[in-house]
Parts: sequence; C-alpha cells; structure tokens
Amino acid sequence: MAEVEETLKRIQSQKGVQGIIVVNSEGIPIKTTLDNSSTVQYAGLIHQLVLKARSTIRDIDPQNDLLFLRVRSKKNEIMIAPDKDYFLIVIQNPSA
Amino acid sequence: MEIVHVDTKLRREFGPPALFSDRIEELLLDLHPDPSLAAQFIQKTHRDQAVQACRQMSEHQINTERFQSNSCGLNHVEGGWPKDINPNEMEQTIRFRKKVEKDDGYINSILQLGSVMEHRIKQNNSIDIYQQYFDEEEEVEEIQEPPSAKTINVFRDPNELKRTITGLSWHPDGGRKLAAAYSCLEFQKTSRNTSLDSYIWDIENPNHPEVTLKPASLLVCLDYNPKDSHTLVGGCYNGQIAYWDTRKGSQPVEYSSMEHSHRDPVYKIIWLQSKTGTDAFSASTDGQILWWDVRKLSEPTERLVLDPSREGNLDRALGAISLEFEATMPTKFMVGTEQGLVVSCNRKAKTPAEKIVCTYDGHHGPIYALQRNPFFPKNFLTVGDWTARIWSEDIKESSIMWSKYQMSYLMDACWSPVRPSIFFTVKMDGMLDIWDILFKQSDPTLSLKVCDKPLYSLRVQDNGRLVACGSQSGEATLLEICSGLSTLQKNEKSLVAAMFERETKREKILEARQREIRLKERSRSEQSKDDETGREDDEEDSEQLIAKVESDFYSLVEAEFRRRQRREETPQEHNKEVKNGVETDETEDETGETRK
Repeated sequence: MAEVEETLKRIQSQKGVQGIIVVNSEGIPIKTTLDNSSTVQYAGLIHQLVLKARSTIRDIDPQNDLLFLRVRSKKNEIMIAPDKDYFLIVIQNPSA
Repeated sequence: MEIVHVDTKLRREFGPPALFSDRIEELLLDLHPDPSLAAQFIQKTHRDQAVQACRQMSEHQINTERFQSNSCGLNHVEGGWPKDINPNEMEQTIRFRKKVEKDDGYINSILQLGSVMEHRIKQNNSIDIYQQYFDEEEEVEEIQEPPSAKTINVFRDPNELKRTITGLSWHPDGGRKLAAAYSCLEFQKTSRNTSLDSYIWDIENPNHPEVTLKPASLLVCLDYNPKDSHTLVGGCYNGQIAYWDTRKGSQPVEYSSMEHSHRDPVYKIIWLQSKTGTDAFSASTDGQILWWDVRKLSEPTERLVLDPSREGNLDRALGAISLEFEATMPTKFMVGTEQGLVVSCNRKAKTPAEKIVCTYDGHHGPIYALQRNPFFPKNFLTVGDWTARIWSEDIKESSIMWSKYQMSYLMDACWSPVRPSIFFTVKMDGMLDIWDILFKQSDPTLSLKVCDKPLYSLRVQDNGRLVACGSQSGEATLLEICSGLSTLQKNEKSLVAAMFERETKREKILEARQREIRLKERSRSEQSKDDETGREDDEEDSEQLIAKVESDFYSLVEAEFRRRQRREETPQEHNKEVKNGVETDETEDETGETRK
C-alpha cells in the first residue's frame, strides 16, 4: 500500500507531469490527481482507446500484445501503461 | 368464440332402429390357381431396380435481407460501476475505491506499471523523441535515371514522291498541332509530279494530316502566328510569301506579289510582335530581309539589304538563311547568312546604314540555325558547318563556346524552352543530339538515331518535352524527352549564367591579349624598318608557300604524265621489269603514289 503511494508520488514529482490516473478494466478511475470531471473524461475516453489499440495489435498477431501507448499532441503527451486489469495514465508536458 | 355446426333431421326420416344378429358363414367363391396358365409366362432374370418413394422437391436459393450493422462506440461517461454502487453517491464510490486499492493484484500492477511509466517519463524529459530531424531535406531526390527520349509518333508524307521537311512550327496554344513545310531544296530535283502540299498534323493522329495547305509553289518555311492560332504565314520556293487562315480552307488567303517578293527561296519567316499582330518578316538568299503586313501582301512594308559595307548594294549582299527574333527585344533581330556571318541588326535605326549593327564571323559554311537562349538573351546559339557555337553579344571576334567538329553536317538547332542549359541539334546522318552544357561540353548528353535519312529541321514544343524533327524523306518524328532533361533543376539558371559569364570573360581576356600583341608588334615595327619588312616577309612567306606548293603539285603531275607516256612507248621493257617494277616504281615516286 505504501509502496503504491510512493511510486505514484515519485511519478508525480517528475518534470512536466501534469496528472496521473489509475483506471481499472471497466473504466472506473481508481486513483487520480486531477479533478473529477477531467478524470472521468480521461478515464472514459482513454479506456476505449486502449481497448481498441489492444484489440488491433492482437488481431494482427494473436501472439502479440500491447505494451505501451503514447499519444503525443501539440500541448502535451498522454502515456498509457496497460496491464491485465488496470491502466496507468500519465499526462506530461515534456517541454515544460 | 366457439364455432358450432348443427345438423337437423326429422325423426320420421331416420327409419327403424338397426337390429344386428349372427349368421352362419357361407362360401361364396373359391378360385384355385391354374398352373397351366404359368406356361404363358416367361421367368425373367432378376434385376435390381431402384424405386424412390419420397416427395418431389425443387431447389431454390434465396437471399435474406442484409442485416445492417453499424459499429459505434459507447461512451461511458461514468465507467462501468458495478450494479450495486450508485455512481453519484460519493461514499459508495470512495468505499469501492478503497476496496480496490487494498487488492493485491492492484498493488502489483501499479508497482510494475509505475516503473515502466517512470522510465518513459524520464526518456521524455531527457530528449525530445519526436524531434524532426532532416527538416530541410524533405524532398527526396529522384533517382537520377539516365537521360532518354522515346519516339511517340511518326508523321509520314502521304504523297508518293517524298519531299524534305524543311520547316516546322508548333501550334501556339498547347502545341497539339504541328505544321510542317515540305519542299525539295536540292537544285532542280523537283519533278512535275511532286505534290505542292504542306500539312498541319494533329499529334494524336499520324495517319492523316488534319489540314492541307496548298501553296502555288513548295513551301520552304512556315510559322504559326503566336497571337492568333488560326493564321500561318509561309515562305515559298519561288520567293513569295503566302498567308493562310485555317478556318478559311487550304488555299492561302493571300499571296505577296511576284515583283516585290524575294528572288530566291524564302528560307525563314517569323511573325513579329506588334500591336496589330499582323507583322512578319522574311529572309532569303537573295540578300534581302523584307517586312510584311499580312493584311496587305502586295508590297513589303520595309526592306533591308544585307550588305556588310552598309551601302545597300544588292550585288554584294550576303544571302540570308536564318532569322532570329526574340519577342522580348522587338527592335533587334539577327540574321544568319550563307557566308557564315551572323549579322545583328536594329530595326529602329534611322538610316539604312545604321540598321546593320555588327557582324559575328564564326562559321565556315551557311548558318542554318540561329536562336537566342530564352533565359539569357545575350547569348545565342548558331549552327553551321560541322559545329554548334554559343556566342555572347558582346564578344564579336569569336564564339564563347563551341562543340567539336562533328562527323556530319548540323542542319538545325534550338534551345530548350524550359532549361537554359539544354539545346538540341539534328545532323545529316539522322541523329538528334541533346546537349547539356552543364553536364558535358565536349559531347552531347544524349544522341539518338531518329532515322536513316538526314534530318533537316527541328522544333521543340513550348513545354520542353516534345521535340519534332523532320527528315529528308518527309517523315516528321515526334519524340518525348525524359523528365530529367525537361524539368528545371535547382540552381540551373545561376550555374548557366556563371558559365556564360566565365566563357565571355575568357574570350574578352583573349581578345585583350590579342590586341596587346598586335599593338606591340605595331610599335616594334615603327621603331625599325627591318621588323616591318620581316613582318611583311612573314606575310609574303605564306603567299610564297602557297605558290610553291602549287608549282610542286603541277610539276609532280607533269612528271607522272610523262612517265606514263614513256611506258606506253616502251611496253616490252615495262613487262620485263614488271616484277621488279613495283619496287622500282615506288622508289622512283617521291610522293609515294602507288601505281595500280
């Protein structure tokens, strides 16, 4: 429990990190550092994106699996680390 | 609702009630089989026969209606909360969350994902992995394919007696049509049966010319009006100028009058830039340049006699073979002569004497083609004898660049309208050469054998990709140049400009040096007479040399002649000596003439 907190705190303290969200496989945000409305928005949208990405990779090659997903936009970068049951979403602004 | 059926019958119609009783059986009929009847029948062999006793069916295919399916995503706003938890209630959600956080699986996942994520975050912070490298070189250079050109179409003279194509002109709008002037330039080779027609071909249809032009005499040259694509002007073999309007038919609309036309075939005619768009000028070997207004061809509007002494003397005039006119410099024009001189003239000069500005002497034979570089009007290309030369207007003594002497005579040349460094030439051996002066100056970049007959004329279309060349046998071949040779390269203009400047400077320096040497010699000769006589001796020596060579030649011829006479008188001696004769004869001969 404490390690989890520590990990998340460490990530939060990295340069440029704007927010962290932990989402479970059903799309429910478990832990977040952003406000509720943004969290809910991110969780819902990114959840679908990850599922789609994962299914794409697996359709192309069933032995393959999605490891990491980066979505770079003009303003920032959304990094998603998927797992079997949960995803970890981090929003970072690298130039800041 | 129940459906009920009711039958009614009167009681008296029923009859008495049936009374059933037993009865003893009686045999009514007993029929025994009769074996004698079997003799009438033959036993048949057993045979298998299939019999199907089932319902008859027919086959049908049907297509069910397509089931329209639409894929769409569902947006969970509030992700799939389990049924018992109301997403709106804070307590329940918090409790759910806390529960999840205690889960082992959650802890492990987060630890693992966390490390992965940290790595990536640090990566992002250290370098910008999305940086655009090689921004400037975004255009991938095309693979340099070797230059090539391919023949697209060949337009043959439909007449029996083939004539040479001496003039070609592309249609001004887009170049979908090609006008070709057919004539026979060899002296007195035209027979009575030679057709006088010239044709306008549509480049898509090589089988049949689109328009036939019927002049009174063979057309040597023709030109489309750049302003009005329906009108053409042509110069005839008999010296007349004819003006056609393709909308009005094959016959020329007007001819110039015989008295005022040229006395020799009109070798070149070009439209001029004018407000009315009806001015043209023509050149011929009779030494005159005539200006015409096509609305009134009875008389030329202006006349210029190409007399280098500027006196207007027709006897001493040079015959003109080619003309050059650039629309950007409407008052100046150039004439290429039979004698190998290029005469640069100014149309707007006040006196006829001033019309001829200067001459450039470079070729040993007639100058068949003359054209300014479309990008650098100060430089022009001339073709004559066996070389192609590039000149700069400022240097009058010699050309700034020239090709080496080719194996056969060059008949026509033109610059590419899209690339300043490319020009095309055609030769008497049927070869089309494409020269790229930035690539190679000593040889053509591409040499193509177009046909076996000599090629007499050449025209590049305005887009720079299509080239038409006309041969002696009346064939006009249309070639397409590869894109490498017809697209402007980067820096090409500046490189070509630099090259021309460099060569011009070189010539200027050489000229200056020559002048210096001459001045020195002159000053030296003023000091002492011996030097002067020495100089004259040198000059005379050359004349003496010529005389000496001549006398040598004649004496040798006479000696040989005498020897032959002697041999005829004494044939026997000659026969005896035949075996030794060859050797002795060879030793006798000074010039090494071998006897047959």
